[in-house]
Amino acid sequence: MPVTVKTFQAVGEAASALSSDRGARYLGGGTLVMRDLNEGDVSIVTVIRATDRALQGIDAAGARIRIGAGVTFARVLAERDLGFLHPAARSIGGPAVRNMGTVGGNLFAPAPFGDFTVALLALDGMVSLQGGFGLRDMPLEEFLQSRDRQAGALAVGVSCIRPASTDAFRYRKIARIKPKGGSVITLAAHLPQSGGRVTGARIALGSMAPTAVRAKAAERALEGRPLDAAAISAAAAAAGEGTAPADNSLASAWYRREVVGVHLRRLLSGQES
Amino acid sequence: MAKTPLQFRHNGRDVALFVEGGSNLLVVLREMVGDTTPKFGCGQGGCGACTVLIDGDAHLSCLTLAETVEGRAVETLDGIKNGPNLHPLQRAFADGFAAQCGYCTPGMLMAAKALLDKVAQPSREQVVEAISGNICRCTGYEPIINAVLAAAASLRASA
Ligand SMILES: Cc1cc2nc3c(=O)[nH]c(=O)nc-3n(C[C@H](O)[C@H](O)[C@H](O)COP(=O)(O)OP(=O)(O)OC[C@H]3O[C@@H](n4cnc5c(N)ncnc54)[C@H](O)[C@@H]3O)c2cc1C
Ligand code: FES
Ligand code: FES
Repeated sequence: MPVTVKTFQAVGEAASALSSDRGARYLGGGTLVMRDLNEGDVSIVTVIRATDRALQGIDAAGARIRIGAGVTFARVLAERDLGFLHPAARSIGGPAVRNMGTVGGNLFAPAPFGDFTVALLALDGMVSLQGGFGLRDMPLEEFLQSRDRQAGALAVGVSCIRPASTDAFRYRKIARIKPKGGSVITLAAHLPQSGGRVTGARIALGSMAPTAVRAKAAERALEGRPLDAAAISAAAAAAGEGTAPADNSLASAWYRREVVGVHLRRLLSGQES
Repeated sequence: MAKTPLQFRHNGRDVALFVEGGSNLLVVLREMVGDTTPKFGCGQGGCGACTVLIDGDAHLSCLTLAETVEGRAVETLDGIKNGPNLHPLQRAFADGFAAQCGYCTPGMLMAAKALLDKVAQPSREQVVEAISGNICRCTGYEPIINAVLAAAASLRASA
């Protein structure tokens, strides 16, 4: 079924068109939208695009870095200042998927996808959304919890904090097919320390729920403690709390729940996977 | 439904046509331009058989909305030969038995070309990475990786 493709220069116009048409889908890199179209998804009547340069910006100068929603993973990988996000970007698809897929599209990617979003969630991510209401910033966590209801809003960009040190941010994707492949579990942890104790730990998990989620019980287990064997064991034991993984061809929900603690332990203790 | 005009460069030549909204580039290339070198494998991004270069970078043509290549340069396997001579990549694939049924070969060659156009002396790891989005059901990959490394060496020798 042919669809109507509407291309706008300005983000605002694209956002209005998106919010006023129930059958409209925004096209980022298209890696998921085109898949749906190729499979004959008749719920897509209109495809909306925006060529606005605002969607392509990267501002890595400040303590909080900003990335336009239309930035591809290949561009993230080409940006030296975004080095801490390279492991996450590199873990996505093969080169062609990284040349096409965008940071904005990743926010909406269902499990077992959404790896980049896991990294952003551990780094206090925020999303800038443009809707009929204008532009507003929303914490990534809140956005993910209400993602189904954000369908008519256009993500303009994301921001996240720069990790306190190289060692303070850790990312790992567990996949069966290497070097690319969907995620069994994706883990990201930001572990700032002060006076030898963890303060403000954030741990995010992918493929452990329909969207990326924070492992809050594991975060609490680390808070105010040195990152030693006892704290790591406590966090690993709490890793699965509050998660709701699904069965898919990569792993069963049972398996994911069984191994999430093992992988979190390895991540926190700096072991190879 | 009204069709949309679309112009792009296809292997160095300008093409202008009208496309149906939502068409993917693979269908446009195969059915409208008449270039059947990009293959349809899965239509889902999973196999890489449809890989083409857009402005020099590897893209999956089955997942590329045709309208997005307006004014851009699309390169397919059909364009890599130099007159009657095979491209060193094609030569190395033939000499190194890197193709069996050959279905994945056009996509493999284009993914490899995207790498060799940028990196003259790639490591084995870089080659593996470059073709990691391309599935081959026949060869076991080793002959393909070796052929890409051999092609890189022959390109360097002739540079
Ligand atoms: C072979 C293959 C392998 C993949 N491997 C991985 C992987 O390893 N890890 C991973 O995380 N993902 C993977 N993906 C999924 C996908 O490529 C990525 O998640 C990518 O980030 C999606 O971005 P996109 O721009 O292509 O999204 P699109 O397909 O353009 O859009 C996806 C969804 O997001 C919406 N959307 C896109 N941009 C915006 C915006 N700015 N504002 C509002 N809505 C928007 C669209 O309307 C759509 O609903 C893979 C996909 C394929 C085909
Ligand atoms: S046909 Fe495009 S990736 Fe399989
Ligand atoms: S040679 Fe048959 S799929 Fe690769």
